[in-house]
Amino acid sequence: MVKSGTLILNAAARLLLPLQLLFSLFLLLRGHDEPGGGFIAGLVAAGAFTLYLFAFGRPALNEMLKVSPRDLVGLGLLLGVLSTLPAWWVGEPFFTAQWWTIPVIDFKASTPLIFDIGVYLVVVGSVLTAITALVKTDQEEDEH
Amino acid sequence: MQLAVLGGFVVAGMAPLLHHWFGARTPLVMALLPASLAAWLIGQWSTISSGEVLLLEWAWVPGLDITLTFLIDGLAWLFAMLISVIGALVLVYSGEYLRGHRDLPRFLVVIIAFMMSMLGLVLADNLVTLFVFWELTSITSYLLIGFNHSDLAARKAALQGLLVTAGGGLALLAGFAMLAVAGESWSLAELTRRGELLRGHDLYTPLLVCILIGAFTKSAQFPFHFWLPNAMAAPTPVSAYLHSATMVKAGIYLLARLHPSLGGTETWVVTLSLVGALTMATGAFLAIQHTNIKKLLAYSTVMALGTLTMLLGIGTEGALVAFVVFLLGHSLYKGALFMVAGILDHETGTKDVTAMGGLRRVMPLTAAVAGLAALSLAGLPPVLGFVGKELMLESVLAADAWRPLILLLAFTAAFLTLAVAVIVVLRPFFVTPRETPRAPHEAPHAMLMGPALLAVLSLLFGLAPGLLDSLVGATVAGIGAPGAEVHLALWHGVNLPLLLSLASLLLGLLAYRHWDRLRARLSRLEPLMARGPEAGYEALMAGLVAVAGGQTRFLQNGHIRNYLVMTLLVLIGLVGHALFFRHTLELDFALTIYLHEAVVAGLMVAGAVAACVMRSRLAAVAALGVMGFSIALTFVLFSAPDLAITQLLVETLTVILLVLVLFRLPRFATLSTPLERLRDLAVASLTGGLITLLMLSVLSGERLPRISDYMIANSQPLGHGHNIVNVILVDIRALDTLGEIFVLALAAIGVYAMLRFHAEEYDARHHAPPPESDDG
Repeated sequence: MVKSGTLILNAAARLLLPLQLLFSLFLLLRGHDEPGGGFIAGLVAAGAFTLYLFAFGRPALNEMLKVSPRDLVGLGLLLGVLSTLPAWWVGEPFFTAQWWTIPVIDFKASTPLIFDIGVYLVVVGSVLTAITALVKTDQEEDEH
Repeated sequence: MQLAVLGGFVVAGMAPLLHHWFGARTPLVMALLPASLAAWLIGQWSTISSGEVLLLEWAWVPGLDITLTFLIDGLAWLFAMLISVIGALVLVYSGEYLRGHRDLPRFLVVIIAFMMSMLGLVLADNLVTLFVFWELTSITSYLLIGFNHSDLAARKAALQGLLVTAGGGLALLAGFAMLAVAGESWSLAELTRRGELLRGHDLYTPLLVCILIGAFTKSAQFPFHFWLPNAMAAPTPVSAYLHSATMVKAGIYLLARLHPSLGGTETWVVTLSLVGALTMATGAFLAIQHTNIKKLLAYSTVMALGTLTMLLGIGTEGALVAFVVFLLGHSLYKGALFMVAGILDHETGTKDVTAMGGLRRVMPLTAAVAGLAALSLAGLPPVLGFVGKELMLESVLAADAWRPLILLLAFTAAFLTLAVAVIVVLRPFFVTPRETPRAPHEAPHAMLMGPALLAVLSLLFGLAPGLLDSLVGATVAGIGAPGAEVHLALWHGVNLPLLLSLASLLLGLLAYRHWDRLRARLSRLEPLMARGPEAGYEALMAGLVAVAGGQTRFLQNGHIRNYLVMTLLVLIGLVGHALFFRHTLELDFALTIYLHEAVVAGLMVAGAVAACVMRSRLAAVAALGVMGFSIALTFVLFSAPDLAITQLLVETLTVILLVLVLFRLPRFATLSTPLERLRDLAVASLTGGLITLLMLSVLSGERLPRISDYMIANSQPLGHGHNIVNVILVDIRALDTLGEIFVLALAAIGVYAMLRFHAEEYDARHHAPPPESDDG
């Protein structure tokens, strides 16, 4: 059903993808103080990749992503679990948030941010895993 | 000590690496661990023997009052010593027994882990800690029985052992919880001092029953004895270690440990004496029917475990002394005999005693060791087993409850055990030589060392039992007879126990003479045996599988509409019950509705109704979309931008997913009869109505402080963020979120698996080439 797209769709996808991804990063990073956060940002990024997928097809998407969406899911879960550990290091209960200020650029790094990045990756990975699996089944059944 | 035990688990995990470095010598290297623990324990002996109790404190989960504190008194010392010394010997032995075995590293991992669990069990002061180690021994035992996992019988036996002991473990957990409530402490040291309080408590009987079930399953007491002989599917070093010297004694240890706090009541005395005596007789009676040397020994272990339980039940000072001596004696001779059985199996290639004979000529050392150990099993002088048995008979003669019956059972067990001992030695080593599958040689030194040492200790303690006085005294003090004067002796003069022993010797020899005929007679009882407790276990398992199958077919029938109806009905039941019966419903609120709110609500209702009545799938999806966007609009109106954005994005992605799926679905069909549609309508309206009522009743009357006030107040100071939603997600409730992303990941993997496997089946059916695998 999903045919690689028309000229307009292709051009739009090519232009929009970086913008959408930037926007999703923006949402991710500002999430702690303004509307946004890992979940929303992940959905935006997944939407961006889906648009690209519809425009250029699955092989192109795989080539661009380099990693399988399923690996993103695993990486995200790993980050989520890892972010719980630093609290143990300083003798506080499991999962207590830790905050560090990175001196030169005055950036507030924290375990909740790492955790949020984990959420982001899981959301992107899960949505893309489901959608690419659907597209693939779709194409195979078309061939039969 | 705690570090040593916990570190032991690390060492266990390193076994494959060590095996890489040391090769076949790895078991010797690893035996250094229990050996050094034994050395440490010996170093503590002067403290322990003076009657002091060593408490090594270590907080573990302070919030839940769980400690990793170790309590070392005479009882714990004796058990820890047995575990480390026999553990070291078994490791040395297994290095030879399993020489060159492909899975030697795996064996070492599990047996070291078992060793540490067992040490933790006997040293733990905290009930929860003890329970954790208790379950660890069940699990490691499962892995060891099933070590030879390509063998169906071994797997089955492993599962049976696990289910019986872990099932008992559940009862034990309940018992421990009640014990802690009744005794107001989780510490065994504390509970020991609160015997009066516990025995008078209302919970005494239920907690005793639960704990006894746990201890009886673990220590293979009647009617749970059947798993132990089956566990002989394990490699012989495991049988020698777990299923005679250590793990099966965990239940006995627990009973001994709790004797000061729970023992002495009529329930305790009668239950333990009778169950113990019955187990004893059953074990001895079943042993005599077998020709497999490991089964013979296993049933005689059941007999010994029964004896120990019975002695704890009788509970007099004399019985407790007999308990300790018998325990020590049994560990020494049974460990040795199992290792001898392993040597015979290893050298001759058979486990059937009737297939061996005359081996004393080719393996004189093994024969000597076996003879010494068997003397102890038979309870003949001059070895420790004799001392133990005399003391046992003496305390049975002094028992208060059910004396004639217990005496009869004990006497039967004594002469049958004697016959077993004679069989185990005479059959393989004497009588006429026979051809065996392998030509036997004397066993290698590493395999002989363990049994020889244990047998010599039996002899030494038998000739000079006075050596044990202080050890037995210190142990008995831990079981509830502090300050007992213990003077062990080999010769007590001519008294009633000695006469009983003589009678049992004669009867035992008679039973041995007619063993073949006896076996033939007993085999006629087989139909009766087939109705024993093991049949009950089999029936229970079959029933469990049938019930699981039935309820799965009923609940998980594969139709999503049935799942929905079921889920919603449960929701209605729970919410309705809480709303109408647990609270009085108050509807007392002021409602101001603005026009734009009414419009949005109206849109939602219209979308929902349209989705239900549309005849085309696309239209229904569009109607659902209207609802979704109206909900997003509601979030915007009530200033929840995060929720609104999320809702919009989810709606968008839903459309994409539906586009991919929709046209693949079969033609829009009416699958329900009008009656079913009415039922669905009723369920839907009830759910909607109830949830609305719930919301309204939440609005009326502020009964509880709202949790959001806390979140709003603390988001910035504690979470360093202004966006409360995000702070809740990644900080305040981060654990929930972690759970949710795991669910999300599982869902994605589920979708992937369903689609991919479906596609592969499709290909397989159509003989098409395998699908391109470009998905990385």
